[in-house]
Amino acid sequence: MRRRQFVAAAAASTVLAPLGARVLSAAPPPQAITPALIEAAKKEGKVTYYTAMDLSVAEPMAKAFEAKYPGIKVAVERTGAERLFNRIGQEVGSNIRRVDVANSSDAAHFIVWKRQGWLEPFLTPDMAENLAADQRDPDGAFVNQRTHLSAIAYNTRMVKPEDVPKGFVDLLDPKYSGKLVKGHPGYSGTIMTATQQLAKALGWEYFEKLSKQKVLQVQSATEPPKRIEAGERAIAVDGSDYLFWMAKERGAPIEVVHAVEGTPQVSNPMAVFKASPNPNAARLLVGWIMSPEGQEFIVNVSGQYPANRLVKAKAGRPALASIKTLPEDPLEVEKTADEIKTRYQRYFKV
Amino acid sequence: MTRNFDLSRPVLAAVAALLAVMIVLPVGWLLVVSLTGKDGGITLANFVALFTDPTFVDPLITTLIIACSVSAICCLVAAPLGWLVARTDMPFARTIRTLVMASLVTPPFVGAIAWEMLAAPNSGLLNQLWRLLSGMPPDEALFDIYSLGGLIFVISCYTFPYVFILVANALDRMPGELEDASSMLGAKTWQTARLITVPLALPTLLAGALVAFLQALNLFGSPAILAIPAGFHTLTTRIWSLFQFPPKPELAAAASVPLLVLTVLLLRAQAMALGRRGYAVLGGKYGAPRPIRLGWLRGPAVALALFVLAMPLFLPYAALFNSAFSRVASRIVGPETITLHNVKFTFLELSSTMPALKNTFLLATASATLGALLALLIAYIVARKAVRGYRVLGFLATAPLAIPGIVLGVGLFLAYTRPPLALYGTLWILLIAFVTIELPAAYQQLGSAFHAVHPELEEAGRMLGATRLRTLADITAPLLRSAVIATWCFIFVATIRELSAAVILFTSETKVLSVLIFDLKESGDVGAIAVLSLTMVAITTVVIAAANRLHARPQSRAA
Repeated sequence: MRRRQFVAAAAASTVLAPLGARVLSAAPPPQAITPALIEAAKKEGKVTYYTAMDLSVAEPMAKAFEAKYPGIKVAVERTGAERLFNRIGQEVGSNIRRVDVANSSDAAHFIVWKRQGWLEPFLTPDMAENLAADQRDPDGAFVNQRTHLSAIAYNTRMVKPEDVPKGFVDLLDPKYSGKLVKGHPGYSGTIMTATQQLAKALGWEYFEKLSKQKVLQVQSATEPPKRIEAGERAIAVDGSDYLFWMAKERGAPIEVVHAVEGTPQVSNPMAVFKASPNPNAARLLVGWIMSPEGQEFIVNVSGQYPANRLVKAKAGRPALASIKTLPEDPLEVEKTADEIKTRYQRYFKV
Repeated sequence: MTRNFDLSRPVLAAVAALLAVMIVLPVGWLLVVSLTGKDGGITLANFVALFTDPTFVDPLITTLIIACSVSAICCLVAAPLGWLVARTDMPFARTIRTLVMASLVTPPFVGAIAWEMLAAPNSGLLNQLWRLLSGMPPDEALFDIYSLGGLIFVISCYTFPYVFILVANALDRMPGELEDASSMLGAKTWQTARLITVPLALPTLLAGALVAFLQALNLFGSPAILAIPAGFHTLTTRIWSLFQFPPKPELAAAASVPLLVLTVLLLRAQAMALGRRGYAVLGGKYGAPRPIRLGWLRGPAVALALFVLAMPLFLPYAALFNSAFSRVASRIVGPETITLHNVKFTFLELSSTMPALKNTFLLATASATLGALLALLIAYIVARKAVRGYRVLGFLATAPLAIPGIVLGVGLFLAYTRPPLALYGTLWILLIAFVTIELPAAYQQLGSAFHAVHPELEEAGRMLGATRLRTLADITAPLLRSAVIATWCFIFVATIRELSAAVILFTSETKVLSVLIFDLKESGDVGAIAVLSLTMVAITTVVIAAANRLHARPQSRAA
């Protein structure tokens, strides 16, 4: 399962070499979480965590870290991955030192940041041992924090059983016109990643036709789950699957569909920034999130697929291996992101 | 004017320099960048690229349609309402006037979010209610807020109060004798209205129409919230989208120029329209206008006024309160479903809340203080013609009116992300933006206040040997106290609700409340938005109430 699961990260890192990004020949020696590191982190007293994860997971996770290491405040800066990339670009470009740790749903961004020399390689012994090779950059510049899918989902009160779509192509049926909601690849890394995979699998004509379906265009991949729960639209074309599941488990009338064409898979890398103003707290946070304890926390709250092999996926959710997924290709996303945004805007007008 | 040396010269130099930093530099950079090609040479290529690109031309046309419609709707609503309040014996006229002005406290983007809760085609509370009452099938909607019409409606809701205030104030001042004469000559009530009142009010209405047009033209928040889900852009959202990755500042700068030019032209037109108003007041003292008796129409009139007020005020706040205490905004909260989840999340979990509140409060206080002082100084210099070149200061203080918030944001970004003043990433750049945006209104308020203070009082002070600044501090300032407090409040409130410049200029560390709400909007966290919006409005209301206790007249102005 692991092999297939994270083809993406592996693909990204093997192709990285010819781009001249490989300054170090191997990952740095693992750094243990020592009492000295914890002490230094407490002296810094805070850490800024840029993330694209939904606030309902990110903020409790931050609070759990704060409880584990009292005296260190976590500032969660959440927005869409594409916005994060823009903000970090503008801030680092203007010498504003703010970001300590970045985590986003667009793996392509980490290729860019690594090439620019903005990332500080960091692995704990636990990460070195328990992350499969395809879960981390060979130079240790970034690791995959967790994996989720961009799934189709629907409100069971608004879609009759015989009308449930089986996949993406089904959604082009005129009977779904005006019933769809979807996120935007110019905002969300999940949607950007998914758009690249779907355009490759189904062709851009798919999106051209989809744009004629009177789609409610929201920004974040975290919003379609909220919109179908509210009953604003019957079907989400895309969206972070963990939020569909969380809503369902909370009793919302929501079902997830794994498309016959395959469901886009999204890894969520994380890295420490070289210019981090709180380098020790940054390492402590990354070390904790990737530790079995941190990974378990993410799994318990959200049921996203963990990267650390010591942690099991959430019971009651379908195993990743059992789902037909589309191949993730961060390098291709990196090369074609501009084109994807431009084409998308041409079809959807925004 | 005296030749004695005092501090006035350096102060004046400082004011002029400050205005240059605030206005000349950003606009200058905007123009330079819009004319710069990829090779660094001067070119019109950016403009050619824009005007041949349908993704820019379409928003331009859409924006003009919106601005014209909003302008027409605002006049159609504000004129009768203003007339009812100012010239008739409608019950509760004073309360209604206060409530219309109070609706201006609502930031337009918060209003837009509240209207999403009310009139989203499927989950909107009004649509659900209508389905319940009429049995309308689930796929149909009475209102669809995600449409051009929906956007026009919501912008109108938060724009008509400006027109209303202008019209009501003008009708207050209009001499009653002319109407009396008309009725004495045998004209019926409605004939008098048609022949006397309407023509006299027309220039004001025209000015109001232009104010509404400008508002609609330059608004960013409401279109960002309603137009993008519906699949179209306006000019401001398009400019903003050019700032998203990969940022194209040269195109954003070029796209800002039409907005700038249009605004300048309209302001000229507005000045002309307001200038003509002079003929209405012929001099001499007039009696207070006699209220027109509505008779049996009093009931319907007050019902109409309350119906209008439901749009910007009662309905949106009901929706905000509902979703603040509800798990899902599309469900009416009941005794069993009421929850403090959103309140807890916003204040205990959301780590951006406290920094954003702190930044907002700090910036609003600093902007209000600095802005009121600056406006006071400039108004003084201009009113007393204290130095040569005072007209330039007056012009510069009014000029920002012509700069839409988002355009100023782009200009400041271009000017202050480079040396010598790399202010981007600090609160200073936001302070400059807010003070600049609010300066014209503040300057106009204090300018008119200065006309009420006799120069003789100041001259007496000067003759007794006080310097100009001393005179200003000891004599003029106390006399202007209430006007200054009103101006301070005005800037404070306006700063708290500013979004269009802030959304371009903020960084993660300098995030303000309006930007935080916008961020939350993009991820659909409506519960937290409702809590934050209500907090924002509560703070604003408390500040206004506190200022009222300082015996200041609350003022709301069209700006």
